[in-house]
Amino acid sequence: MERVPIIKIGRTLFVSIQIDLQDESVLRLQDDLADELAKTGASGVIIDITAVEIVDSFIGRMLTMIGSISRLFDAETVIVGMRPAVAITLTELGLSLRGVRTALNADKGLEMLNGRA
Amino acid sequence: MDELPILSGDDVVRVRQRVRVVAAESGLSLVDQTKVVTAASELARNALVHGGGGLARVEVVRSGNGRSGVRIGFTDEGPGIPDLDLALTDGWTSGDGLGLGLSGARRLVDEFELTSKAGGGTSVVVVKWSR
Repeated sequence: MERVPIIKIGRTLFVSIQIDLQDESVLRLQDDLADELAKTGASGVIIDITAVEIVDSFIGRMLTMIGSISRLFDAETVIVGMRPAVAITLTELGLSLRGVRTALNADKGLEMLNGRA
Repeated sequence: MDELPILSGDDVVRVRQRVRVVAAESGLSLVDQTKVVTAASELARNALVHGGGGLARVEVVRSGNGRSGVRIGFTDEGPGIPDLDLALTDGWTSGDGLGLGLSGARRLVDEFELTSKAGGGTSVVVVKWSR
């Protein structure tokens, strides 16, 4: 199973998913992010899914859960870089990613986090 | 026709990758490729998690009017689904999921055939046609 690296820059944790996600990798990412949030006190998480070709119901649920977990650590999660085909498919699948914010790209995601009082 | 075992999370990823290649070869648009790969991911996971593992068969198909498409069959020898209508209802889940796997997969493809009998395994065949 491949692990997704987490990089801390300032008060933000950056995650760029560059692998074909299998369920165990997503679960591991969730655990790793919770650990990092507790350890660093980061106030934001940016998850870049530019390279992610599909988001199915499991991956979608995990992204929503990462958002909920982050909030318990007083951190905001922004998903960035969703492909148009993924957005269309997610909507048809019936997933809304309720509770996580989305932005067009990492720049906009960071702006969103920095605009937070 | 390609036969792929579904016995681990890595196998689910391999099924997705194979479906992506065959869907592209069949001339599906990027959005339709993404839809059928997502449906395949849901169904492969079902075979693994609920069926105790299974098999995926991926092939190119041609319709009478010359359209091409991708057909994927999933089989498992698991406990089966006692109530098919219930299992296909949005939001109904046998576990702790969202209950969108089976019903969502059906929405993402053009043809969807589910057969299952209690104790006798489950078979799902889906087809996505090029436009």
